[in-house]
Amino acid sequence: MKSLIRVGAGSAWWGDRVEPARLNAERGDLDYLCFETMAEATISAAQVRSRRDPSFPGYDTYLDDRMRAVLPACLKRGTRIITNQGWINPRGAAERIVHWLREYGAPRGMKVAAVDGSLITERVLELTDRILENGKPTSTLRDSLVSAEVYQGAEPIVAALKQGAHIVVSGRVADPSIFMAPMMYEFGWDALDHAKLGAGNGIGHLMECGAQVTGGYFADPGFKDVPEPWNLAFPIAEVSPDGSAILTKVAGTGGAVTLQTVKEQMLYEVHDPANYLTPDVVVDFTTARLEQVGPDRVRVTNISGKPRTPTLKVSIGCTEGFIGEDMFFYAGPGALRRAQLAKRILEERFKIVQLDAEEIRIDYLGLNAIHGAMTPADAPEPYEIAVRVAARTRTREEAIKVGREVDGMAVSGIGMTGKRVPHQDRTREIIGVWSSLVPREKIVPSLSFYEV
Amino acid sequence: MKVMLQHVAHARSGDKGNTSNICVIAYSEALYPHLREQLTAERFKAHYAGVVKGPVQRYEVDGLWALNFVAQDALGGGVSRSLCLDNYGKSLSARVLAFELEIPESLAGELRGPRS
Repeated sequence: MKSLIRVGAGSAWWGDRVEPARLNAERGDLDYLCFETMAEATISAAQVRSRRDPSFPGYDTYLDDRMRAVLPACLKRGTRIITNQGWINPRGAAERIVHWLREYGAPRGMKVAAVDGSLITERVLELTDRILENGKPTSTLRDSLVSAEVYQGAEPIVAALKQGAHIVVSGRVADPSIFMAPMMYEFGWDALDHAKLGAGNGIGHLMECGAQVTGGYFADPGFKDVPEPWNLAFPIAEVSPDGSAILTKVAGTGGAVTLQTVKEQMLYEVHDPANYLTPDVVVDFTTARLEQVGPDRVRVTNISGKPRTPTLKVSIGCTEGFIGEDMFFYAGPGALRRAQLAKRILEERFKIVQLDAEEIRIDYLGLNAIHGAMTPADAPEPYEIAVRVAARTRTREEAIKVGREVDGMAVSGIGMTGKRVPHQDRTREIIGVWSSLVPREKIVPSLSFYEV
Repeated sequence: MKVMLQHVAHARSGDKGNTSNICVIAYSEALYPHLREQLTAERFKAHYAGVVKGPVQRYEVDGLWALNFVAQDALGGGVSRSLCLDNYGKSLSARVLAFELEIPESLAGELRGPRS
């Protein structure tokens, strides 16, 4: 057994930068490089797209970019890759990765594994009972259902590694599990060893958002300064067999790994810090100890774990109508009074064109569009203001009315109105996401292997 | 002395569905008890009036000098349904920086950032 493994992050979401992944591959001296590329609605959006566009392969649209950036260095160093870029087509993604492996001269017989079994759209209404958010039966989602996928844990990835996979590509897997799978495999952790899995999953949680632990989503000038924030690296965890780790990053990059960046990320998207539910284990962060052991080096010890729950979380995507939105601009003295009249005009126009909306929102961007009703009454009037309007509707036809009424503000509006040329689509489909629970034993992952 | 929370603690927000969690972390061990005593769940909710519409639960993580606030019905129906431009509520944590705290003069040296 190794006494230490080096696990690096390659992405924290679909749109993440590619260069830091290349940097980790080339200079991170990594045993494993792990990619997380999905948000809550990614799978449903992929389903919608694949229905509309038969040429869409159903996996991460940046799969080629990411693999081309990291594969040459990973092959040279022997770095294995764990990634959830498979989205709704892990096997297709695996075949594509094999194509790139051949291109870069990988040895014959090198294995890529695809992990399936997350997608349960056809079975979800039988397997689930209640919607967690509102307690209603999941059967109420029957007509609007687009996709349902289970958050799988690390076990199928570990199984693929045990069967010799050099690269493992999956669909929906819980984010921290992607990073913990190498620890379980290398250190021989049992899937029911909740003490070790709690520690490992906690480290996985610190890694899953990439640069958010190395100085991203953090800087606040004069309060929390970050060196070279234009040059952030993705994190590297040096993990010990007991699940403790040192978090760090490639030397010579911008950003910072400090007690503050680690603490903020430890609680990011966590509700009860003593009971963070994952498919593999219940993580307890309240016991964690952090120590700055060098520049950009934080030792994380003592994260603990409790036995996993008998259920897995299911994410259910549903079509829920459309949003229409647009904005236009005022500047100089009196910007606010003109914006206020513009808002009044839009409100009257929406009545005239009988906009059928579930909710309409008209904000003054620059004054109250972000914090809304929390904006202090005495907030100073800004020099420039955008009037930003959005409406949620049942049909696209209704959503289109928002942009069309903003068009009308060009020559039929008020003085000194700045407007964008309406090149862009000002409507989008809403995919609402609901959650439910499914008994663990009902989900059986399947592995497929592809060889160079 | 009265100071804005931004001199005492830093914050980050995250989203899950229509729930936002906002962690507030003291800059020093000495400042933490004052944060913990004064920034109650009730006061937090009042500070976010108009945006946080559901209950607020506070969790304390003393070892990290941190409070974690879990605010339900805070994201306009959830990320995909929200009509707010910041539909993930990434900027919501900034609001708590304006919360006013009473800090003893003796801790002035622990405060961060320029003070006007």
